[in-house]
Amino acid sequence: MNNIIEVKNLTKKFGDFTAVNNISFDVKQGEIFAFLGPNGAGKSTTIKMLTTLLNPTGGHISLNGFNPTSQSAKVRKSFGIVFQDPSLDDELTAWENMEFHGVLYNVEKKLRRQRIEQLMTLVELWDRKDSLVKEFSGGMKRRLEIARGLLHHPKIMFLDEPTLGLDPQTRNHMWTYLQDLNKSEGITVFFSTHYMEEADRVAQRIAIIDHGKIISSGTSQELQAQTQTASLEDAFLKLTGNVIRDEGASSTDKLRTHRQWRGGGRR
Amino acid sequence: MKTIYIMWIRELKRYWRSKSRMVGSLGQPLLFLLALGYGLGATFQKAGEGNYMNFLAPGIIGMSIIFTSIFSGIQVIWDRQFGFLKETMVAPVSRFNIMIGRTLGGATIAAIQGMVVFILALIFTSFRPYNWFLVFPAVLVMLLVGTMFTALGTAIASQLEDMQGFQLIMNFLVMPLFFLSGALFPLDGLPPVLVIITKFDPLSYGIDAFRILLANTGHYPLSLDVSVLAVITFCFLSVGAYLFSKIQI
Ligand SMILES: Nc1ncnc2c1ncn2[C@@H]1O[C@H](COP(=O)(O)OP(=O)(O)OP(=O)(O)O)[C@@H](O)[C@H]1O
Ligand SMILES: [Mg+2]
Repeated sequence: MNNIIEVKNLTKKFGDFTAVNNISFDVKQGEIFAFLGPNGAGKSTTIKMLTTLLNPTGGHISLNGFNPTSQSAKVRKSFGIVFQDPSLDDELTAWENMEFHGVLYNVEKKLRRQRIEQLMTLVELWDRKDSLVKEFSGGMKRRLEIARGLLHHPKIMFLDEPTLGLDPQTRNHMWTYLQDLNKSEGITVFFSTHYMEEADRVAQRIAIIDHGKIISSGTSQELQAQTQTASLEDAFLKLTGNVIRDEGASSTDKLRTHRQWRGGGRR
Repeated sequence: MKTIYIMWIRELKRYWRSKSRMVGSLGQPLLFLLALGYGLGATFQKAGEGNYMNFLAPGIIGMSIIFTSIFSGIQVIWDRQFGFLKETMVAPVSRFNIMIGRTLGGATIAAIQGMVVFILALIFTSFRPYNWFLVFPAVLVMLLVGTMFTALGTAIASQLEDMQGFQLIMNFLVMPLFFLSGALFPLDGLPPVLVIITKFDPLSYGIDAFRILLANTGHYPLSLDVSVLAVITFCFLSVGAYLFSKIQI
C-alpha cells in the first residue's frame, strides 16, 4: 500500500527551543495511526505542520502527495481536523457552526443538512441545535467539535486528543463512526491521545514521540514485545518515563507521578 | 463566492447578537454631536463658517465608521485567541476569499453604524442633509471607507499574537487618524504641518466626501476624494489579504 503521509527529518524550532526534532515516519493509506507522547512532546506541533497551520523549520512533508508549505491549497482539500483546543464560534449557535463548516468544506446542501442532523443526534446535541455555543458545557463543546469534524469526508482525518473530556458513551459512538468511515470510504485516521487503551483498541500502528523525537513505532504488540511489557501503557511508560520507576505502584499511579514530574520539570 | 458570503453573514450575525456593544458604541458619537455641536456652534458661525452641526455630523459619521471598522478588522486577534481562526485557516478555500468576506462584513457593519449616527443626528440635532437623494451615494462611500479600515485592521491584527497591541492601535493609530482628519475642524487655513498631515490621513478624504454629499461643503473635489479612497482601499486590501494568508497558528 502507498503512503498517504510521508515525513522526513521534520524539525520545528520556536526560537532556541526545538519542539520537533528531526522526526521521520510514514502513514499508509487507509490506516488508523496513533501518535502518542507525554505532554509537550510535540504532537500538536507536528499535526499543525502537517495541516498547513505552521511552517516547518526543516525537513520534508508529503501529504496525499502534496507539500503543505508550497501546495497548501491542495493539502487543505485532502484532510479534516478536530483540534485539541477549542475552535468553535461561541457567538453562533451549534447548528450555525455546523452549517458554516459544511459550506466552507463545500458539502452539497441536501447531504449537508442530512449529515448535520445525523451527527448532532450522534453526539446528542440535536435538541440543543439552536443554543449559542457559549451556553454549552466544556464536554458539549467538545462533542460539537467532533460532530463538525465528521461533517465532510476527507481522505485523511486528523484528531488531536479528540476524546479528551468526553464521556464514554460519546467516545464509543465516535470511534464506531470513525471505524465505519475508515472501512467504507478508506479514510486514513491520524490521532493523538493520552488514553492508552484507546490507542491499543483502535490503532493499527502507533508512533511514540518524546522531547520532539520519535522513540519507537510499530503495532501495539511490537511495542510491547520490544519493551518486554504486557500492556501498551506499560510499554509507553517504559519508553517515555524511565526516569521514575516504582515497581510497587500500579501503572496509573506511575502515570500520575510521571505526569507530575514532567509538569514540574517543564514550567 | 460562497466563502465570501458565509464569512460576511457570520460577521453580521455576531454584530446583530451583541446588542450591548452596538448601543454602547453609539453613546460616544452622540456625545460628540451634542457637546461639540452645541458647544462650538456659535463660535463657528461667528467665524463665518456657517452651520456647525451640518459640518460636524458627517465628521462624526466618519468617526463611528473608522472605530467600527478597525475594531472589526482587529477581531482577527479575538478569533485567534478563542481558536475559531484555526477552523477557517485549514478550510479548503482560499484565504483571500475568507479575508474579503470578513472585510466586507466589517464594512457593512461600519456603514450600518454610520447610518445609525446619521439617524441619531436627524433626531437629536438640527442636522439636515442638503439633498436627500445624495444620501444613497454617501452610503456607498461609507462602505468604501469601512472596507479600507477593516482591511487595515485585519492587516495589523494578522501581525499580532494577542490583544496586548489593541490599546496601542487605538491610541497611536485610530485616535490620530480621527483627530487629524478634519472631522471636527475645516481643512482650510490650517498651519502647514497640519495641512501635510491631513493630506496623508485617508480618513480626511472620506469625511470630505461625506461633507460634500450631505452638507454641500468640501475641501477637495469629490472625484479626488473617491479616487484617493479607492486607491488606498485597494492597497490596504492587498496588504491585508497577503498578511492574512501568511498567518501561522
Ligand atoms: N507557539 C509556540 N511558541 C513557543 N513554544 C511552543 C509553541 N507551541 C508549542 N510550543 C512548545 O512546543 C512543545 C511541544 O508542544 P505541543 O503542543 O506540540 O505538545 P503536545 O505533544 O501536543 O502536548 P500535549 O499532550 O500537552 O497536547 C512544548 O514544549 C510547547 O511549550
Ligand atoms: Mg497537543
